[in-house]
Amino acid sequence: MIFNFRFRRRTQPASGRANALADLQVGESAVLGDLKLAPAIAEHLMNLGFVPGLVVKVLRSGPGGDPRVYRVDGTEVAIRRDLSQNIDVELIGAPAFGD
Amino acid sequence: MSCHAVATPEQEAGTSYRTVAVIGPPNSGKTTLFNRLTKLHQKVGNFPGVTVEHHTGYVRDANGEEVALIDLPGVYSLTPKSEDEKVAVDVLTGQMPGTAPPDAVIVVLNSTNLHTHLVLAARVIALGKPTLVLLNMADELRKQGGDVDVLSLARELGTPVALVSATTGEGLIAVQNFLSSATPSPEPIELPVMGSTRGYREWAVRVGTNAGYRRPATPVWTARLDSLFLHRVWGPIIFLLVVIGVFQTIFALGQPLSNLFQAFLDTTGAALGRHLPQGMFQSLLINGVWKGTGSVLVFLPQILLLFLVIGILEDSGYLSRAAVIADRTMSRVGLNGKSFIPLLSAYACAVPAIMATRTIENKRDRIATILIAPFMTCSARLPVYTMVIAAFLPEHRLLGPFLGTRAAAMLSLYVLGFLMAVATARLLKSTVLKSKDAPFILEMPPYRWPTPQGLGLRLVDRGKAFLYRAGTVIMLVSLLLWAATNFPMHHGKPPQVQDSVVAKLGHAIEPVIRPLGFDWKIGVGLVTSVAAREVIIATLGTLHGVDPESHATDLQAALRHELAPAGAAALLVFFAFAMQCMSTIAVVRRETNGWKWPIVQFTYMTLVAYVAAFATYNIVGYFVR
Repeated sequence: MIFNFRFRRRTQPASGRANALADLQVGESAVLGDLKLAPAIAEHLMNLGFVPGLVVKVLRSGPGGDPRVYRVDGTEVAIRRDLSQNIDVELIGAPAFGD
Repeated sequence: MSCHAVATPEQEAGTSYRTVAVIGPPNSGKTTLFNRLTKLHQKVGNFPGVTVEHHTGYVRDANGEEVALIDLPGVYSLTPKSEDEKVAVDVLTGQMPGTAPPDAVIVVLNSTNLHTHLVLAARVIALGKPTLVLLNMADELRKQGGDVDVLSLARELGTPVALVSATTGEGLIAVQNFLSSATPSPEPIELPVMGSTRGYREWAVRVGTNAGYRRPATPVWTARLDSLFLHRVWGPIIFLLVVIGVFQTIFALGQPLSNLFQAFLDTTGAALGRHLPQGMFQSLLINGVWKGTGSVLVFLPQILLLFLVIGILEDSGYLSRAAVIADRTMSRVGLNGKSFIPLLSAYACAVPAIMATRTIENKRDRIATILIAPFMTCSARLPVYTMVIAAFLPEHRLLGPFLGTRAAAMLSLYVLGFLMAVATARLLKSTVLKSKDAPFILEMPPYRWPTPQGLGLRLVDRGKAFLYRAGTVIMLVSLLLWAATNFPMHHGKPPQVQDSVVAKLGHAIEPVIRPLGFDWKIGVGLVTSVAAREVIIATLGTLHGVDPESHATDLQAALRHELAPAGAAALLVFFAFAMQCMSTIAVVRRETNGWKWPIVQFTYMTLVAYVAAFATYNIVGYFVR
């Protein structure tokens, strides 16, 4: 039930290339790119701070790895993998400022 | 920076506003502020045609004039995509029927999260109404090392801005001044046109920077608690403990409270009856009005208790984390984590559970949760289960001293209800309530101490809503049922139960329930138990001429005489599935703002109950003779 852990470890993506937000590991930061989602959902996420160009950090993951909690510009938001895999991110080498 | 100063670019003096709308994003503390301003001097209502509830509060301005404050739903934006946003836009632009167009708007923002929240402010200011921007949670902002220059921000926005705290009451004098000193239509200051949300966002960052905004650090405790509450192992364990705690509170504390309350109402009713002359009037007053009122009131302790517990969970911020933990499991039936607590509460009573679905923002998920909640085995089913099982099932040991046949039967009825709820949820979410465009997006607010004031106001609010709105429907049904048991009259006296209208109803539905193994007496019980499930015991007692309280075994014997074992099993299954509860029906009507969903739900549940009882009767009848 609640305790169904599914470990999903992706290979570490190469720096500088566009990836999906879902591919980031907990603790990693990246710059938000396109939100390839239905306009209403993208709008809602942008209202919460998921605006392209801002730095997003994977704060922690729920049990079983989904949903995960992200932080953008001071707001913490939990979303499922079905959304985060459609959000593009640009990796940044050093840890982002402010986080 | 003065905390109490209202920074206004141009201070006008003039007449007071009559109607002012209050708007703000979720988690901006808007409700706390609204309650604080109006001191709960407010009324609850639904906007016409939508399920969105709104509060109208009354407040005195600095000149002592009364101003109506309309509390709008919590929204992030004014693009009318959701029902909430559409309501907000319609009210602000004066297109909401029955609601006066507001003379001015108060925007409540969370000062600890200014960049995100300024976007809403820009959109409201662009409407051209006189606007006051309140930066709420000033105490948290300062405590976490944040800062903002209110005067520069007022200049940037072209509206008065005040830094306030709804929890401490700091700076709220600004609201009174705004309500009385501004003129009805000041010259709106032109904000740059920003087409996209991205454009708004970039503007917000620029404005924030110009106003010297320094974002506060994330509270240390929030990060610490989150690493525990969302921990891989500890998270689910704590979650389960909280769940058990909620369940225990409502079940172990709420039930005795309700029983006590019921006993009190019965005693006072009986005492009152002795002081009235015997006759129709006494019967109407005691058996109709008093018992009707009583059947509403007995739910109150459980409702208040549940809302106290949920209030603590929600105000502290844990409810959002619980939703994250429960989400994975709930997503399997097509619902999300926010449905979990309401469904759990439904094991105690569906009435407060349905009222608790308010925390689910997605309308379709909320309706789906409302529709499946009454399948959970509520406490009112217990007396019926206990009596029927005791009458028909001999007690044997199944698993040593741990599980007997009777407990096993009871347990399987719980499982049965749960499975039907899951099946119904799957059915609903893959058909009529399909919502692909409603994903799980949940803001995690920082942890806060719930304030007694906030909790108290919520309890009063919920209690009032239940008593006023659901109470009237429940009262009406009780009176109808009273009339049905007391008519037709014989020589000015109420008839024996077997000659009354209810008995005629029982006889009338007998052909329909015969295939389930029920006779007309059970039929009468089914009709009267619409008032509340456990009423069937009292009704059967009356029909068999035994007092169900003192002669429980006599009633069991009478039942054995009347029902075949297969019929008894069918009766149990029928009660597991049927929506025999007018309070639930009334609350569903209230919460969905119409008769459509309660009618659909009642029909569906009765149909499921009928088919399942029919199947049970025939299958059990085949094996047990």
